[in-house]
Amino acid sequence: MASPSVAVVGLNHWFGSGANQRQVLVNVGLQIQPGEVVLLTGPSGCGKTTLLTLIGALRQVTAGSVRVLGEELKGSSRAQRQLLRRQIGMIFQGHNLLRCLTAEQNVQMGADLLPNLSYRVRRDQSRDWLRAVGLGDHLGKLPHDLSGGQKQRVAIARALAANPRLLLADEPTAALDSRTGREVVDLLKGLARDQGCAVLMVTHDPRILDVADRLLCMEDGQLTEANGPDAIQ
Amino acid sequence: MSLLWRGRGIPLAWLLLTRQPARLTIALAGIAFAGILMFMQLGFRDGLYDASVTIHKLFDADLVLISPRSVSSIGMAGFPRRRLVQVMADPGVAGTSPVHWNLLLWRNPQTHANRSILTLGFEPTDPLFTDPALRRQSLALSQLGRVLFDEQSRPEFGPIAKWFREGRIVETEVVGKRLRVAGLVSIGASFGADGNMLTSRETYLMLQPNTPAGSIELGLIRLKPDTNPEQVTARLKGMLPNDVRVMNKQEFIEFEKNYWRTSTAIGFIFTFGTAMGFVVGCVIVYQILYSDVSDHLPEYATLMAMGYRLTGLLAVVAREGFLLAILGFLPAWLAGEGLYVLVRTGTKLPVYMDAQRLIVVFAMILLMCLGSAAMAMRKLADADPAEIF
Repeated sequence: MASPSVAVVGLNHWFGSGANQRQVLVNVGLQIQPGEVVLLTGPSGCGKTTLLTLIGALRQVTAGSVRVLGEELKGSSRAQRQLLRRQIGMIFQGHNLLRCLTAEQNVQMGADLLPNLSYRVRRDQSRDWLRAVGLGDHLGKLPHDLSGGQKQRVAIARALAANPRLLLADEPTAALDSRTGREVVDLLKGLARDQGCAVLMVTHDPRILDVADRLLCMEDGQLTEANGPDAIQ
Repeated sequence: MSLLWRGRGIPLAWLLLTRQPARLTIALAGIAFAGILMFMQLGFRDGLYDASVTIHKLFDADLVLISPRSVSSIGMAGFPRRRLVQVMADPGVAGTSPVHWNLLLWRNPQTHANRSILTLGFEPTDPLFTDPALRRQSLALSQLGRVLFDEQSRPEFGPIAKWFREGRIVETEVVGKRLRVAGLVSIGASFGADGNMLTSRETYLMLQPNTPAGSIELGLIRLKPDTNPEQVTARLKGMLPNDVRVMNKQEFIEFEKNYWRTSTAIGFIFTFGTAMGFVVGCVIVYQILYSDVSDHLPEYATLMAMGYRLTGLLAVVAREGFLLAILGFLPAWLAGEGLYVLVRTGTKLPVYMDAQRLIVVFAMILLMCLGSAAMAMRKLADADPAEIF
């Protein structure tokens, strides 16, 4: 087996300083293999999102070791993290699409990160991704004119268009009704599997736990492995 | 070619601007307003400078002599006419013309109000002017008591041109002596002189009987072809005593402009006005770009989370500034051209658009927009990709 996509060992993280300092992650350790879909649940405020931002190279790691796609993030520079982020797809709770760009252009903002591809190839790939998420008829629409589910699907296409090797998603179904939520997650899993891309998804949504290969549970900054999809229900 | 294609991406700056038409319109209106303000202020300033030398430009002269005590066209001092005779001794000199130059009181024949008019007195047969029509007209001055009146003089001198065209005999008084208008010339009023009048030496001395004998205010020197003006100037400077100054025609023009630039408030007033336009523009563009960056902060943070470099995003803001500069400059230019026509008809000032002013105003607009963009960029530092999950 290849080296893990994500390997976290002894990760501690604090917010604030001095008397206000508060530990949000306590000795967290986890591994995610390429192609694996891992779900992370837990009550709000338990540190899930913090863990996600640390793995996503959005925050500096201060204590412990986080290796993502073979790169150690402890002591990494801003520029290193920025380059690493190009290989990590991110899907946010809000879709965070660029309001002034059409669906196609939004996806191309992801494809534009790929080196050495002509504009035409990047544009065609963006269109293919939008067709793959079922939005082939909405290429030229602005986010304003799309429904919540459609926007989230554009965001997924954008994340995947950069050919990421790791996909991080923070409650991608929170703003969607159960049926579209289900569709979006199935789509995400299928596409990630085709790409051999590891997925770490934070969710509160009990209806989608069954897509997980593995389920992690977090409470008060500590991580425990649940044995199966039924464990927390 | 393929490299070009590889570098091509979504024109984010352009789309940010054009997909918010209301904000773009306000920004462009603000920039255009600042640009128009700068065009007008600089136009007035340079127009006043140029108007002050309309007479200077008429003379057919390679070199001129003036008194070192002369300060400007409204303060010309006399020097001995003998100096021009001495100049004739130089082998490079083809001819000379003495000119009397003073401000005299002209009486409006309709209202009988007096007003200063710039008066030149010269030999009617001397080839004083480059314009042949003006030379021909000068011949009408050979009769004593005749003047040529500048039809572009301010209306306060009376309806001289109108009466003259109607065929009336136009007579009035200048410093108490009766004169008749023998013809109309077209020169143009300036900041120093509201009107101009040409007359013969003889008539001038009749009007100014107290002029010291043999004293003139301006000496025109024409050189033979193929002579080097700089060498002649050097020779003349060595030969003549220091009661005259030798300069070439261009220096004479600059001498006059320099007076208005340095010894009056014109330069300060209009440069200050230009600076005000610049500041107003800066404030408007900064406001627009700052709120644009603030509104799109989560989107910028998203792009950073996707792996876009901060410098790349700063470049987007800089490009927005650049686009605003170009889009705002064009309407300012068009409006400037239109307003210059209005100014020319309204004030008779020679205000024209020239390449130099276009470049100056464009450079200022560019500086304004890029500077404001640079200030607005500081807001981008607030885009923290860690905060968007």
